[in-house]
Amino acid sequence: MADVTFDRVSKVFPGGTVAVDDLSLTVGDGEFLILVGPSGCGKSTALRMVAGLERISSGEIRIGDRRINDVQPRDRDIAMVFQNYALYPHMTVAKNLAFGMRQHKTPHEEVQRRVKEISEMLGLQDLLARRPGQLSGGQRQRVAMGRALVREPAAFLLDEPLSNLDAKLRVQMRAELKKLHHRLNITTIYVTHDQVEAMTLGDRIAVMSAGKLLQVGVPQDVYDRPDNLFVAGFIGSPPMNLLAGTAAGGVITAGDLVFARAGVRDGEVVVGARPEVLRLVSEDDPGPGFGVSVEVVEPLGDEVLVHGWVQARDAGVRIEVEEATLLASDGDRGAPVTVRLAPQVRPKPGETVHIAVSADDLHVFDAASGAAIR
Amino acid sequence: MSATTLNPAAYVDPRTLPGEVGMVESPRKRWLPFNIWHLVLFPMALIMVVPLLWVLVSSLETLNQTRHFPPILWPGTFQWSNYPNAFNAAPFGRYFINTTIVTVTVVASNLLLCALAAYAFARIDFWGKKVLYFLLLATLMVPLQVVLVPTFLIVKDLHMLDSLAALIVPNLANVFGIFMLTQFFRTLPIELEEAARIDGAGRLKILFTIVLPLSGPALATLGVIQFLWTWNDFLWPLIVIQTPTNFTIQLGLMNFQSAHATDTNLLMAANVMSTIPMLVLFIAAQRWFIRGIATQGLKG
Repeated sequence: MADVTFDRVSKVFPGGTVAVDDLSLTVGDGEFLILVGPSGCGKSTALRMVAGLERISSGEIRIGDRRINDVQPRDRDIAMVFQNYALYPHMTVAKNLAFGMRQHKTPHEEVQRRVKEISEMLGLQDLLARRPGQLSGGQRQRVAMGRALVREPAAFLLDEPLSNLDAKLRVQMRAELKKLHHRLNITTIYVTHDQVEAMTLGDRIAVMSAGKLLQVGVPQDVYDRPDNLFVAGFIGSPPMNLLAGTAAGGVITAGDLVFARAGVRDGEVVVGARPEVLRLVSEDDPGPGFGVSVEVVEPLGDEVLVHGWVQARDAGVRIEVEEATLLASDGDRGAPVTVRLAPQVRPKPGETVHIAVSADDLHVFDAASGAAIR
Repeated sequence: MSATTLNPAAYVDPRTLPGEVGMVESPRKRWLPFNIWHLVLFPMALIMVVPLLWVLVSSLETLNQTRHFPPILWPGTFQWSNYPNAFNAAPFGRYFINTTIVTVTVVASNLLLCALAAYAFARIDFWGKKVLYFLLLATLMVPLQVVLVPTFLIVKDLHMLDSLAALIVPNLANVFGIFMLTQFFRTLPIELEEAARIDGAGRLKILFTIVLPLSGPALATLGVIQFLWTWNDFLWPLIVIQTPTNFTIQLGLMNFQSAHATDTNLLMAANVMSTIPMLVLFIAAQRWFIRGIATQGLKG
C-alpha cells in the first residue's frame, strides 16, 4: 500500500487539447479519493495516467516514493476497474481472476488460494466456471472488482465502475464498495460524475473542471463551503440557486433579496442559496427573502421540489443541464430557483410564494473570478 | 392453483401455429406466400448452380455423352469408373500431397504473419505508420500480371524455381489479409487490451491470449479465402513449376487436355475431387462465420 502523488501533472493530447492542467494532489495511504467533474473535465485522463495508459506530458506521478512516469503499467502495482468492466469474454470467471497473477508468474497454489479467497469475499464461488456473457450486470461488476483486488495492488483505480448498473444495484454496490474499502484499506482513486457516489463514498473529493483541480476536501466541507461558483453549482442535486447581484457598502442586493455581508468589496457578485435553506414564509416576514412564481411542483414523497422564477438577474451559471433548469428555462422571467420544502407543503403552479433565507446560509461569489467571498 | 384445470394435451405451442411466429408483418407482404424477392433470387441462384451441376453430371458421363449437343443433363447410367480412371491417369496422389503442403503452409503463415502485422497497424503507434499502411493498401490495386515477371526473377535468384518453395515463399503473407485483420482488430474494445496491460501482459501475449481468441470469425474468413486462392492457383505454379513430381492439382488437371482433344469426363471427375477439400473446409469453418464478435465481457 502507498500514497499516490500528482506533482504538477499535465496532459496535452496531440492537437493541443489540454486534458489535465497542472494537477497537484496527494492521495493518502489507504485513502478513498473521489475525482469528480462533468464529462471531459480530465478526471478519467488523470486516472489513466496513474494506470500508465496515457503518457504524462509534464510533471510527475509517484506511488509511494517511486516516480512512475516511465514505468510500464504492469510494474506499477496498481489495478483498475473499467467502466465497461473489460472482462475477457473468452475466459471463465476463474481465468479472468487469475489472468493477472499468471502474467506475474505467481505460483499455481498461490493463484488458486487467492482466487478462492476473493471469490468468497465477493460471492462469486458459484460463478467461477461461467463466462462473462453468462453473468448479470452486477455479477460482471463484481468479477471486475475481484480481478483488480485479487492482485493485492498498492493502489486501486476505478473509472465510473457503477455507471452501467441500474439504480437499485448501484446503491447495493456502493455500499459493498464502502465495506470493501473499510476492510482492505487500499489507496483508492475513484472517478465519477455522480453526485451521490461522490458525496457518499469518498474520504475526500476532488472537483475538476476543464483539466483543472478546483477544490479538494471532505465531501461535507466541499458541499458546505464551495471555493468557487463551479463547485457550488456542480456539487449538490438539485444544484445551488445562483442569482446575480451587486454589493455596495456591505449590503448585497439580488433582485428582491437584500442582506448585509461585511467585508465584501463593492461590485458585481453572485449570491448562492442551497434549495434546502430556503423557507416558506408569509408575505410580511421581515427577514431577507424573495417571491418565487411557481412553475413546476415535484412531490418526491419525503420532500417537495418547487421550481420557479425569482425577480432577479440570472447568474447565467449552468454547470450541467439539470432537471431544474430544463423544467424552468423559458425566456426572461428572471432567474430560475429551486426550493426544497417539507412534503406537506404544496404550492400550486402559477402561485407566488414568499421565501425567506437566513443571511448566514447564503454564499457570495465574486462575479468576475467566481471565487467565494468569505 | 387454477392452472390445474389446464389440459396439457390440449395445449398448443403458439410457436407451432402457422403465421403466428415473429414480428407483425406489414399487410402488403401477405398477398404472396413468399417474399417477392425470391422471384429474382431464385433464377440468379439457378444461374450460379447450373455450371456446378454440369461439372458433376459430366464427371459421371461417357466421353461421347459430354460432347453431345444439347448437353445431356441426365446420363442414365453413371460412369463411376471415371473417378478411379481420372485418379490413376496421373500421379494425383502426389499432386494432392504437394497442393496440401503448399496450401497448409501458406494459410498458416498468412494467419500468423498477417495477424502480427495487422496488430501493429491497429494498435501500435510508430513513425510512418499511416504512410506504410497506405502504401501496402496501394499494392492491392496492382494486378498480378504486373508483378509476375519481377516476382519470377526474385524467385529465380533465390534458386527456388521448380520447387514447392517457389509456391510458398512469395505467398507467406498477403496485403489483403493484413488489411482485413487490421480493420477487424480495430473493432475490438481497447479496454480489453488495456486491462490485460495492467494485468501485466506484453504486446505479444495480448495478441495471442486476448486478441486472436476473439478474432475467430475474421481468422476463419481469412483462412478460407487464402485456402481457396492457394488451392486453386494455376497461373503461378504453371510459370515456376516444370517437374511433374512438383505439380499441384491444378497443373495436374492439364493432363486431360492436349492440343487436339480433352477428356472432359475425366477432367470433370478430377475437378470434383479437387473441390472436395474446399467443401469440407468451408463446412467446418461455417460456424465461425455466423458466430458474432464476442464482446460479452463488456457492459450489456
